[in-house]
Amino acid sequence: MKFALTTTALALVLGIAAPAFADIRIGATLSETGPAAFLGDPEAKTLKMLVEEINAAGGVNGEKIELIVYDDGGDPNKARTFATRLVEDDEVVAVIGGTTTGTSMAIIPVFEDAEVPFISLAGAIEIIDPVKPYTFKTPHTDRMACAKIFEDMKKTGITKIGVISGSDGFGASMRKQCLEIIGEYGIEVLADETYGPTDADMTPQLTNIKGKEGIQAVLNPGFGQGPAIVTRNYAQLAVGLPLYQSHGVASDGFIELAGAEAAEGVRLPGTALLVAEILPENDPQRKVVTAYKEAYEKATGKPVSTFGGYAHDALRILVDAIVRAGSAEPSDIRDAIEATKGFVGTTGTVTMTAEDHLGLDLSAFRMLEIEKGGWKIVE
Amino acid sequence: MRFSSKATTLLILIAVIAIAPVFFPSSYYFRVGSLIFVNGLAVTGLVVLIGYAGQISLGHAGFAGIGAYACALAPVHLGLHPALAAVFGAALSATIAFLVGRPILRLKGYYLAVASLGFGILVSMVLSNEARLTGGPDGMAVPELGLRGVLRTVGVDLSNTEFWYAFSGLVLVLGAWLALNLYHSPTGRALRALHGSEIAARTVGVDVAHYKLVAFVLSAVYASVSGSLLALQNKFITPDVAGFMHSIEMVTMTVLGGAGSVLGAILGAVILTTLPQVLTIFQEYEQLMLGLVMMLVMIFMRQGLLPSIARSVRGRGE
Repeated sequence: MKFALTTTALALVLGIAAPAFADIRIGATLSETGPAAFLGDPEAKTLKMLVEEINAAGGVNGEKIELIVYDDGGDPNKARTFATRLVEDDEVVAVIGGTTTGTSMAIIPVFEDAEVPFISLAGAIEIIDPVKPYTFKTPHTDRMACAKIFEDMKKTGITKIGVISGSDGFGASMRKQCLEIIGEYGIEVLADETYGPTDADMTPQLTNIKGKEGIQAVLNPGFGQGPAIVTRNYAQLAVGLPLYQSHGVASDGFIELAGAEAAEGVRLPGTALLVAEILPENDPQRKVVTAYKEAYEKATGKPVSTFGGYAHDALRILVDAIVRAGSAEPSDIRDAIEATKGFVGTTGTVTMTAEDHLGLDLSAFRMLEIEKGGWKIVE
Repeated sequence: MRFSSKATTLLILIAVIAIAPVFFPSSYYFRVGSLIFVNGLAVTGLVVLIGYAGQISLGHAGFAGIGAYACALAPVHLGLHPALAAVFGAALSATIAFLVGRPILRLKGYYLAVASLGFGILVSMVLSNEARLTGGPDGMAVPELGLRGVLRTVGVDLSNTEFWYAFSGLVLVLGAWLALNLYHSPTGRALRALHGSEIAARTVGVDVAHYKLVAFVLSAVYASVSGSLLALQNKFITPDVAGFMHSIEMVTMTVLGGAGSVLGAILGAVILTTLPQVLTIFQEYEQLMLGLVMMLVMIFMRQGLLPSIARSVRGRGE
């Protein structure tokens, strides 16, 4: 009886998960639900939309793509199981995914063991540093955002700043990355304040910063509602110095949350996707970002997000690699991805090498300024 | 009422673990199998606590977290071999369970559930927030156990998933054997006595507080070892392992299969581990399903799936 029950349960799995034949199978494990759903959901929608588009146009090398998406809910253990399933059971030729750094790091060993190319959609630099043969990623790193901000500060002659950062994962990590490279730009940190992820008022920290002699600007590495509160408090205290926010809040939602009046003049590094409409005509990314934006907004009825852009770039790079390789063998695809050169995506222009599995340079970021509740490019 | 004797339970368990791979079309099934065994081990520990002693804990993922992070941290900071680190984690869990359990187990009924819930959340918060030590929410890498390499030198070449299927299966059988032995021991009888009626047990001379503590510490060690196995198998760990939902999952598996029977509880682990794999499109509703399953079992099958089915089968036969 018990044996029968156990075997029935096992047989159930066996029966349902039997693989069907297809031309080119591409897998994805994304956090469509759970705490990282705001990242994973647009990613999944983007992949599905693009695969449909590619198949309608005749597929890749005359073959159709079959996309298999699993929802790991942001749980690295589940992601690991789905990664194993994609490789062993679904026998995919490449995998996109790992919405969060945690899920990405948890599944990398699966792909390195099985020698299947994997393109991560998570931010941390650890994913591609040190370089692993089969692992790539599309999102820019926090360090690049820091560099972009410091370049802008240097240009406007700012050498002494105050930092106020969130103590959450994003804020803490970006603060660390910024402080690591700040010396290269000859900029000095005179005040270094933090706030908790659920704090509702940052006036004390900002008052401390305001009171420090000689500070010329303030930088706020943070994510979620914290930076919006900082921006509001900053305006209330009339600090009167340039305020730099991070790419973590580069969305229209941030302006809404902080209020257009308080956000006036705030600068932050953002991707071309955010300012698709106001990109100059001759901008190399203009065509790609407007096409993706229009298609996504038409298909889903929701505003486009940077995160969906990461998935867009990952799939395009992958398809581009399959076309160039003329083969759907995982090892051929890997070689072709590594040889990606001058690929224009929503995040920037990608040129990969054996030492660089991200392939983005600082041109991936645009320095933006908030003006009358909208965005302005200040290059 | 006992569904089966010790020997049959173990034989069935060993037979299923040994025969199932014949039907596996790909090594992905070994992965699911080893996850079942890892969950089964934690659940076997809960059988001792919930089924034998009648105490409820909603914080056992906390011990799984301790076991998991011991395997990640002890090799780096204390220079321990990962296998020793798992033992160290189990010892640490036992110590913490002892210290926490002494005051907690004076509480009865839902006070105990709430106190253990608090403990679990505490562990999970520490793991998330002490980013310098634990890597925070992004998690950290766990060193290789190295047993596979040793097996290879003696001519047994297993793939990673196959090895973990066999290894965690072995640990599960061992764990089940210990739990079944305990059932028939004087300690087991004392636990069952205090489950039946604490006052009656005390009247006949059972040291109630002591035996509750024994059950709590034992189940903590089971949870800790299951966490260690998970960490060593995944070679990467995040604070999710100590999360509240993981505690709830463990209790639901135990209660669904039948808290009083080792095999029943393991069946619960089989069902709740394979279900999300079969119904991948329902991921969004997983927590809802867990709650629903728990409620339905409590209302309609208070002894759990396996004992209830067994009784109805037996009842029809008579």
